[in-house]
Amino acid sequence: MKLKTLAIGVALSLMSSGAYAACSFENTTPIKSLSAGFEAWKSVTDAMAECGNFEAELDQEFRTKQPSALAANPALYQIGGVSNGTVTPLLNEGLIRPLDDLIAEHGQGLSENQMIKIDGKTMAVAMMVNTQHLMYRKDIFDEVGIEVPKTWDEVIAAAQKIEEAGVVEYPLGATMKSGWNLAQDFNNMFLGYGGSFVNDDSTPNVNSEVGVKALETMKKLTQFMDPEYLVSDSTYVQQQFQQGKIAMANLWASRAGAMDDESESQVVGKVHAAAAPLAMEGGAPATTLWWDGMVIAKNITDEEAEAAMKLIVEGLDTEMVKANNDDAIWLIPGYEPSRLAEGAIATVNASPAPASYPSTSQMGLMHTALGNELPAFFTGERDAKATLEAVEAAYVTAAKEAGVLE
Amino acid sequence: MKFRTFAAFVGPSIFLMVLFIAAPLVTVFLQSFQLNQPIVERVEVETCTPGFPAQKCVTEVKTQPLLDENGNVRTTSTWVGFESYANVLQLDRVAEAISDGRPGRILTIDFWKALRFTLTFTLVTLPLVIGVGLAIALAVNNLTRALRGQIIFVSLLPFIITPVIGALSIRWLFIGDGILTSLLESWLDRDISMFAQGWTIEAMMLFYRVWHVAPFAFVVFYAGLQTVNQDTLESAIIDGASRWERLRYVIIPHLMPLIVFIALIHLMDAYRAFEEVVGFSSQAHRITLQWLTYDYLTPDDSGNRSISRASASAMLTMVGIVILLIPLLRRSWRDHRGG
Repeated sequence: MKLKTLAIGVALSLMSSGAYAACSFENTTPIKSLSAGFEAWKSVTDAMAECGNFEAELDQEFRTKQPSALAANPALYQIGGVSNGTVTPLLNEGLIRPLDDLIAEHGQGLSENQMIKIDGKTMAVAMMVNTQHLMYRKDIFDEVGIEVPKTWDEVIAAAQKIEEAGVVEYPLGATMKSGWNLAQDFNNMFLGYGGSFVNDDSTPNVNSEVGVKALETMKKLTQFMDPEYLVSDSTYVQQQFQQGKIAMANLWASRAGAMDDESESQVVGKVHAAAAPLAMEGGAPATTLWWDGMVIAKNITDEEAEAAMKLIVEGLDTEMVKANNDDAIWLIPGYEPSRLAEGAIATVNASPAPASYPSTSQMGLMHTALGNELPAFFTGERDAKATLEAVEAAYVTAAKEAGVLE
Repeated sequence: MKFRTFAAFVGPSIFLMVLFIAAPLVTVFLQSFQLNQPIVERVEVETCTPGFPAQKCVTEVKTQPLLDENGNVRTTSTWVGFESYANVLQLDRVAEAISDGRPGRILTIDFWKALRFTLTFTLVTLPLVIGVGLAIALAVNNLTRALRGQIIFVSLLPFIITPVIGALSIRWLFIGDGILTSLLESWLDRDISMFAQGWTIEAMMLFYRVWHVAPFAFVVFYAGLQTVNQDTLESAIIDGASRWERLRYVIIPHLMPLIVFIALIHLMDAYRAFEEVVGFSSQAHRITLQWLTYDYLTPDDSGNRSISRASASAMLTMVGIVILLIPLLRRSWRDHRGG
C-alpha cells in the first residue's frame, strides 16, 4: 500500500518536472533571474521555468542586490527584473547589454511598444505598466451613496461619509510605511500639485509651498487610516482590502489581481478601480507611471545571453498572458483589460497625463532623504516647513557626497 | 608552556582575528576620512518607454558616471578629514537647536535620535536581563530535581530562536489586529494600536531583548550557583541570616565576576542592536546606531550609497561601546591585579 502511494508520488513529481509541453523549446543553458516578487513576476517566471534549467529568485529587496550581483564577473544572474525606477544604476554602471541583435533574432513575439530604448538602443523589454491609482469597494460606495472621488478633496469628503456610516473599520488605506513607500506617496502628491524635486543645477526644490501642501493633504488623509499607517506597505494595504478592513486606497495596479483571488480575498468582485485622484483642479492625477520589464546582464557569455532572450520571449508570450490576464496591466499582445484594469488605463490616459517616475541619480538621493525625514512630520515631532528643510539638508549632504552637487 | 607550543595554539586565532577583525577595522577607519566619488558628466539622453497605445519618448539631461575602457565606473578619492563625521553628527544643527532654546530638536537629527534610543535600550535592558536571569536561576536552583531539566529547556527556548524570527513573531502578535492586540482590546474594551506611536514600539523592543537574552544570563548564573560554598551558606543560616541576607551577602558577592561578565557581553550586544529595528519596522519612530550605519550603506534606486558616512558612523558606534565598557573593564582589571 505504502509502496503504491510512493510510486504515485514519484510518478506525479516526474510528470510535473518533466512536463515541458507548455514551452516551445527545451532550454539547456542554466539561467537564473532576480526580480521583484509580486504576482506578475510569479506568473512570468513560472512560464519561463517550464522550459527547464531556469531558476527564478523573487525578492522584494531585489533593488539593493541587483547592481552588485550583475557587477560580478560572471554575473550572478543572467536576467534581471527591473522597473523604470531600478534600471538606472544598471544603465549608469554599464551592467546590462543592448538587446537589439537578440530581439531581431529571437524576439518575433514582442511588440515595438515593449522596447525600452535609451538613445535608440533597446536596453530592456517591458512586460507591464504599473501605477498607483484609486481602488475602492463599490458595494460600500453604493450603500453609502457616494460617487467615485476624482480629487483628493473628494476622497476626504467620501472618507468622512464612510466613517459616519460606520460600515468599515477604516475608510482609507495607504502605502505609507516609513522609507521608500512613504517617500513615494509624497512623490505622488507633490507631482500632483505640480512640484519638481530638483532644479536644473541639482539643488533641491521640495521646501516650497507645493511641498507643504502635499504634506498637509497627506496628514489630513491619515485621520481616516489605521493609526499604524507608518508600517503599512503595499502587501499590508492589499491584505486590508482582502480582509474588508478598508474602503479605498491609492494602491499599485499590480496588486489589483489579488482582490479577486478567492483563496485570499473576502471581497471578490467588490473592489473596483478608478483613475488616481487629482491633487488640484486641472493637474495630472497625483501618481507616477512605471513599467516593469527584463534586462540581460553584460558580464555573461553570448550563449547564455541567447538562452536568456529565448526564455524572456517564452515568458512574455500570449499564452502566459491568457493564463494570468488579471495579474497586471500587460503590454503583451493578447491582454484583455478587465474591470480591475480600468483604473490604471484611466490614469495613463488622463489629460494631462501623470509623469513617469523621474529616475535619475538626483531622484534616488531625494527619495532616500524623503523616506528618512518625512516620518518625523507624521509622528508630530516636526512641522511641515522644518521637515522639508531637513529633507533638503539631507539631500544636499548626500548629493555632495555622491558628486552630483558641487 | 614552551613558546612554540603557545604560538601553535594561539597563532591561528591571531591570524583570523587580524584577517577578519583588525584589517576590516583599519579599512573602515581609513574610509571614514576618505570620499570616493564617481566622476560624473551631464549628457542628454533620449528615453522611450511604453504608453497606450504607442511609445512615448522624452529627451532629458541626466547625470551619469563616466566609465573607463574596462566598463568600470571611474572614481576619484579624496581625503576629507573629519567631514564625514561632521555630516553624521551634524553639530551645526545641534548648536542651532540649543541656541534656539529648543534642545528637543536635537532628537530629530538621525544620529542623536539613534544615540538616545540605543543608550536607553542598552541601559534599561541591562539590569532587567541580569535581574530576570538571576531570578530564574534561583528559582530553578530551588526546584526539585525531577522538574529542573524540563524547566531549563523551556527557559532556554527564547535564546535558541534566531533573533530576527523572534522579533518578527512578537511583531505579528501585536501588529494590526494581531492575536494579543485583539485580546488586549477585548479585555480593556478600547482600540489599541501598538505600532502607531513610538513608546509602545520601544516597550515591545525592550521586552523582546530581555526575553531573548535573559536565558543566557540564567544559564551562566545557574552554573555559578552550583559553586556557591555550602559551608558559608550553612554558617550564615546558623548565624540567623534571612533568605534575602544570604542572597545579598553570600550569593551575589560570589556571583559578582559572572555579573560583570554578563554585563560586558550584554553592553556590547545591546549597543549594536539592529534586529529589533528590522523586526518591528520601527524606523519611523525608533532607530539604533547600527541601523543608521546600515541605512547609509543601503544603495538607493539609483545606486548611490554613502560609504564614507557609513564608515564614520561605524567608527562612532565603536567609540561608544568602548566608552560604555570602560568602567566594567577597569573593575575587571582591578580584580585581576588584586587576585
